[in-house]
Amino acid sequence: MMPESSDSLTELGVAAIRDGVASGEFSAVEVAEAFNANVAAAGALNAFIVTTPEKALEAAAATDARRAKGEALGKMGGVPIGMKDLFATKGVQTTAASHILEGFAPEYESTVSQKLWDAGAGMLGKLNMDQFAMGSSNETSYFGNVISPWRRGDGGNAALAPGGSSGGSSSAVSARLCPAATGTDTGGSIRQPAAFTGISGIKPTYGRCSRWGIVAFASSLDQAGPMARDVRDCAIMLGAMAGFDPKDATSLDLPVPDWEAALSGDLKGKKVGIPREYRMDGMDADVAASWDQGIAWLKDAGAEIVDISLPHTKYALPAYYIIAPAEASSNLARYDGVRYGLRNLPDGANLQDMYAATRAAGFGAEVKRRILIGTYVLSAGFYDAYYTQAQKVRTLISQDFKNAFTLCDVILAPTAPTAAFGLGEKSDDPLAMYLNDVFAVPASLAGLPAMSVPAGLNREGLPLGLQIVGKPFDEQGVLNAGLAIEARAGFSAKPEQWW
Amino acid sequence: MSVDTATVAKIAALARIKVSEAELAAMVPELNGILAWVEQLAEVDVAGVEPMTAVIPNELRLRADEVTDGGVRDAVLANAPAAEHGFFGVPKVIE
Repeated sequence: MMPESSDSLTELGVAAIRDGVASGEFSAVEVAEAFNANVAAAGALNAFIVTTPEKALEAAAATDARRAKGEALGKMGGVPIGMKDLFATKGVQTTAASHILEGFAPEYESTVSQKLWDAGAGMLGKLNMDQFAMGSSNETSYFGNVISPWRRGDGGNAALAPGGSSGGSSSAVSARLCPAATGTDTGGSIRQPAAFTGISGIKPTYGRCSRWGIVAFASSLDQAGPMARDVRDCAIMLGAMAGFDPKDATSLDLPVPDWEAALSGDLKGKKVGIPREYRMDGMDADVAASWDQGIAWLKDAGAEIVDISLPHTKYALPAYYIIAPAEASSNLARYDGVRYGLRNLPDGANLQDMYAATRAAGFGAEVKRRILIGTYVLSAGFYDAYYTQAQKVRTLISQDFKNAFTLCDVILAPTAPTAAFGLGEKSDDPLAMYLNDVFAVPASLAGLPAMSVPAGLNREGLPLGLQIVGKPFDEQGVLNAGLAIEARAGFSAKPEQWW
Repeated sequence: MSVDTATVAKIAALARIKVSEAELAAMVPELNGILAWVEQLAEVDVAGVEPMTAVIPNELRLRADEVTDGGVRDAVLANAPAAEHGFFGVPKVIE
């Protein structure tokens, strides 16, 4: 068979690359070369902080050599991917898009990235993101904004946000710079960028993917997950990322199901809950219409639709903006200018001065804001009023979901309240930015698996996502409902190349 | 509750982040905006509710009390901005 042109190779997703390499239709090296070329040509998107074409080629050559010897190729054999810059990669700069970690070359590999390499994946580079994963628009990176490949259909060229914090991942996958990428989700950082760019992404149950070697933001919320162009690709890649890790105290000691093998868009006998509190006053009309369309699609797939209530929904965001900064202020205490990263030592400075100067120079404005909020809510005299209260509200939010799941198997909601907004439109107003995660944060607080799949385009020609939230450990139910939507949405829109 | 410049200066000192007067002045209204917004949590009735400790029920594991790691001094120091003679270097802390 004739090898496909490199253009068509970069249109392929994870499953198609894995299968094509395994069958010999094309080589892994050809695939890596094609994606390396797309990465090299897409500097205008600023999706990568570091590119590693040699790593992608090395892994691809190893896969081709294994195939030549007749050996098994692994779940991700021959698939080059992008790695969010939150994952420690041995010998390759890992910054969490911050100045304070600029030049940091870890001496170790994160568990999740190691699992991906062991499964035959190769690394195209380290993806830009919001600094320390704090942001919803990728405007807080020390290395500059990531630009979405999408543009409004109004003929204007306004630069749009790719979402955040996994904005390099979403931009790169939707622009065909990589077939899939890792993301992490603390309060929507996989789902919201996936929705903004017309791709799929799943945050698994808290504890499914090891946090070891992932730069910590809010440890009780942080979860890694895949971002790819369809549900099957997410199922495959999640299977390669998940699994028990003794090095993470909150890692789930459970077998990893074969999610891909059990994919089924037939929802007969399943109940889909529609949370009435998510239908908010003044909701974006296109988002509301896409939600209604999603309900109709799931009905068509055989599901029964049930009305549910999540009464504490409106308190999820304020609880999140106490809990996440509190954990961040504690986690980010480690950046001290002593053990790794930046040191700022003014003339005559003592140790305390050095800490304060280093952290002032090394953290961006949003990171400082969150550290200060976190320090305040944990400080003597305020701890109970803020932090303990927020953790009690978190219990109630979790209880809301438990109650709802006695009535339904999965929950359907929009992923984000709007389509992608323009860069700079919300960056001056922290609260307006935080409200972007209103639909995503509740599932994070409850540790539940949740995914976003593309549902269609709004009147401006921009992608909208639908979110499915599942019971703990039921990634399969989430993926299957996602597949049912995907099959009916027939989403094939892609950004027109301008970069 | 709201914060004033002195409180923000104290929080910044606790957080070991040097902030200029101008930055302090800008941060006070920003933090107050966020704090006023999270204040709505106070209206939730949490009588008899335990604060969340583990979001997904999970058992804390114990392992055998034996050395499983170590002997990697050079790797530990590899990214230190001022490592010397096998130690982390810091500014003088005693006079």
